[in-house]
Amino acid sequence: MQDQNMDKQVANLTKEDFVSDQVVKWCPGCGDHAILKAVEDVFPKLGKRKEDIVVVSGIGCSSRFPYYMNTYGFHSVHGRAAAAATGVKLANPNLSVWMITGDGDCTAIGGNHFIHACRRNIDINLLLFNNRIYGMTKGQFSPCTFRGTKTKTSPQGTFEDPFNPGELAIGAKATFFARAIDMNPKEMTEIFMEAYKHDGMAVTEILQNCMIFSNGVHENITGRDVRDDMQVKCVHGQPLIFGKNRDKGIMLKNNKLEVVTIGQDGVTEKDILVHDKTQQDTGIHMMLAHMMPPEYPVAIGVIRDVVAPTFNDSLDEIIANEKANSKIKNMDDLLNSGSTWTI
Amino acid sequence: MTGKSKVVALDHVVIRFSGDSGDGMQLTGNLFSDSTALAGNDFATFPDYPAEIRPPQGTVAGVSGFQVHFGHKPVHTTGDLCDVLVAMNPASIKANMRWLRPGTIIIFDSDSMNEKALEKANYTADPTVDGTLADYQVVKAPISTLTKEALKDTGMDMKSILKSKNMFALGIVMYLFNRTLDSVYDYFETKFKGKPEVIKANRTVLDAGFHYADTWELFTNTFKVEAADLDKGKYRNITGNVAMAWGLMAASERSGRPLFLGSYPITPATDILVELTKYKNLNVKAFQAEDEIAGIMSSIGASYAGSLAVTTTSGPGLSLKSEAMGLAVMTELPLVIIDVQRGGPSTGLPTKTEQSDLMQALYGRNGDAPLVVMAAKSSAGCFYSAFEAARIALEHMTPVILLSDGALGNGSEVFRIPRMADMPTITAPLAKANDPDYMPYRRDEEKLRREWAIPGTEGLRHRVGGLEKENGKGNLSTNPENHQIMTELREEKIARVANDIPLQEIDGDPNADLLVVSWGGTFGVVRTAVDKMREEGKSVAHAHFSYIMPLPRNTEEVLSGHKKIVVCEINRGQFAKYLRMNYPQFKYEQYNKVQGLPFTLGELENKFNDLLK
Repeated sequence: MQDQNMDKQVANLTKEDFVSDQVVKWCPGCGDHAILKAVEDVFPKLGKRKEDIVVVSGIGCSSRFPYYMNTYGFHSVHGRAAAAATGVKLANPNLSVWMITGDGDCTAIGGNHFIHACRRNIDINLLLFNNRIYGMTKGQFSPCTFRGTKTKTSPQGTFEDPFNPGELAIGAKATFFARAIDMNPKEMTEIFMEAYKHDGMAVTEILQNCMIFSNGVHENITGRDVRDDMQVKCVHGQPLIFGKNRDKGIMLKNNKLEVVTIGQDGVTEKDILVHDKTQQDTGIHMMLAHMMPPEYPVAIGVIRDVVAPTFNDSLDEIIANEKANSKIKNMDDLLNSGSTWTI
Repeated sequence: MTGKSKVVALDHVVIRFSGDSGDGMQLTGNLFSDSTALAGNDFATFPDYPAEIRPPQGTVAGVSGFQVHFGHKPVHTTGDLCDVLVAMNPASIKANMRWLRPGTIIIFDSDSMNEKALEKANYTADPTVDGTLADYQVVKAPISTLTKEALKDTGMDMKSILKSKNMFALGIVMYLFNRTLDSVYDYFETKFKGKPEVIKANRTVLDAGFHYADTWELFTNTFKVEAADLDKGKYRNITGNVAMAWGLMAASERSGRPLFLGSYPITPATDILVELTKYKNLNVKAFQAEDEIAGIMSSIGASYAGSLAVTTTSGPGLSLKSEAMGLAVMTELPLVIIDVQRGGPSTGLPTKTEQSDLMQALYGRNGDAPLVVMAAKSSAGCFYSAFEAARIALEHMTPVILLSDGALGNGSEVFRIPRMADMPTITAPLAKANDPDYMPYRRDEEKLRREWAIPGTEGLRHRVGGLEKENGKGNLSTNPENHQIMTELREEKIARVANDIPLQEIDGDPNADLLVVSWGGTFGVVRTAVDKMREEGKSVAHAHFSYIMPLPRNTEEVLSGHKKIVVCEINRGQFAKYLRMNYPQFKYEQYNKVQGLPFTLGELENKFNDLLK
């Protein structure tokens, strides 16, 4: 009966259940507000008790996120959220662990923890808010800032190439990578749900706009005039077709991806690459994650979603197995095992 | 067993087995320890091997040693100067010269002496004949030749035959100490089960060594160390690092909180991680992280989620963990941080011991970030120190740094096996589900600890983190007065731990002329030195500190009433400075040594005698 009651409680959860009593202190117009709303939309649909969700973050504007969610939350230190989230998940695998991070937090100071969390395939839902700038420290370039960008610490423009978080995640063996845009709430909630369903490390990069320090940085992707031509939605099993007139597509040609126009040069819909998010091989997924304007549209949606053993499940299996097969059941057994003598 | 030589009774003996890294000295030493246990002696052991995995053969750098200190009386140290040195090559003599005392018996494989070996050991002439070893009793035995002879009919290849020469040396030593060979036979039976020819070969060589010593009357005397007067009970031999791991597991069992270790390999702390990875059968989750920071951060995450969380490291790793320790202070979560100290600064002396992380442990964090600092005092004692560190962390909701050191961690001692039912229960302050008044930073009046509201518990959802919190409610707060209140509360919470730890003991006359103060891993040698001087009628007392932050409530009393106080430590005076800061009314003499080595008995006695003049 209790279980049924609980199921009912879980089923009746609404967005309001997840809104905390704290005043949200992000700048007006910041993309973070929309992401927060999308997460508030998704959490009631997870089928999880509020108590079984933990939001873990690092440091930066986005990392204030846990304070705004009425769940368990842990605001850790700069760059280390992945390590903290790993500890939470391993300690209690029943918890749904969501990690909030930014491009600086995740790919600069937290780079090591990020790649290893991906590699281990721990069941964490990682939301990476990418505004290509350090916002909280007021406008220094991040590892995701495009070459040549003038910022507080690059007055002549940066002279280093940025990371692409998708390439980094897939290269580090993440089993799930998706990309979303802060302006598309419906798409975000769908992708977050897919990330939740994925068993293992799920990295979602959200192209997020910082009104103050990198305003318009994603404009060449999200602008009203260009968005149809500069975004290709990755839908599993569907051809990668895009464009205002749905006449453009992505084709695999000469070992690379190419943008083609259906109906031109004999290209038909059949020639367009059909998206397969479940392909173990990282080749095409890497190429899709890599695509950037002006040559390519940006791939949006779930790019990679493959099945692999998770670290947490493997650990639990080994523990269960060892418990079942060991003669040593407690500390008294252990203390008295092996070579001992009596006086 | 009768022998032709006279049997001399000794109170205690230090024997060092020393040879090239490939000579099997660790095994030889361990087998001798097993036999020592059966003889009923108290004992302690210390392995001393090179940092390099395969150092150049035959060189001083490649010497691997294993020391056993055993006695009829209680043994508190792994010993310093040795009574017997087994040296399998010239380099082993060279490497151990500083550990010889006049009269040390050196059992030397004379077959290892040749020009090349001398050159590798940096000898220009044979030390066994040129007077270098005039103060010692050198017993030359052609160990390699006799081993070959003993096994010549077995059909074994020469390499395998020579591998067992350590058993010949062991046979000699067993004879010297009037031991029976049964425990070694037992080891062969277990280790080489199903390989009767290997068992036979090893027995043959061991017996040959034993009989050789007897027949050739190698020694004018043999020795007997009577059984020690140990309490009745069941015993085992345990290293400090293993004892540490087991103490944590015991605390997990007695607290009901699952054990989580987040750690990264670092000498000389690695063995705690290695040990804990073995016990998944006891639900231990030991996570080898990508770096030191991830080690402690994963532990903090696990602590937030309700585990008894631990991170283990050595000095350089503790430096890396500083920021995260501050987070644990701020979030007021239970966490045990074990630092097995080594020589510093920087990479320093990874395989050598030191006590120089004390100030780092006390103050190495940004902000006013107090936490509990404790120190283990003996290898076997690491079991109880780890248990106690976990108890304080869980019951006071605070990070605790427990300092060990390389000598304690790698050394082993006789450990009386406790019954788990005799260990105290540990009760963490878990918040009650659906408590309508729950607030993340609500505190109890006695300990000032906050409650532990574990994710998954209904009605206690809350957020914590590294930003300053509003007193009680735990919301973010930058209010100036609130920061003052919270800073003082964090300080007072740690100060109140003093109400929950034992009073500082003073061994000897509380008004003795000289009070010897020590802390951590130097307990054994300092206590032995003080005991010895008291037997000589000198007015010396000993206060050995295991609780450092906070200090025991009666510390001032303990320090009062002496003509002199001397603080002994393996660093440049960090604890002395700390005492000076806390109790400036006393004058503190210092005895400090920073050679990567433990104190020796002799040097302490000299210092104390000087101070008593």
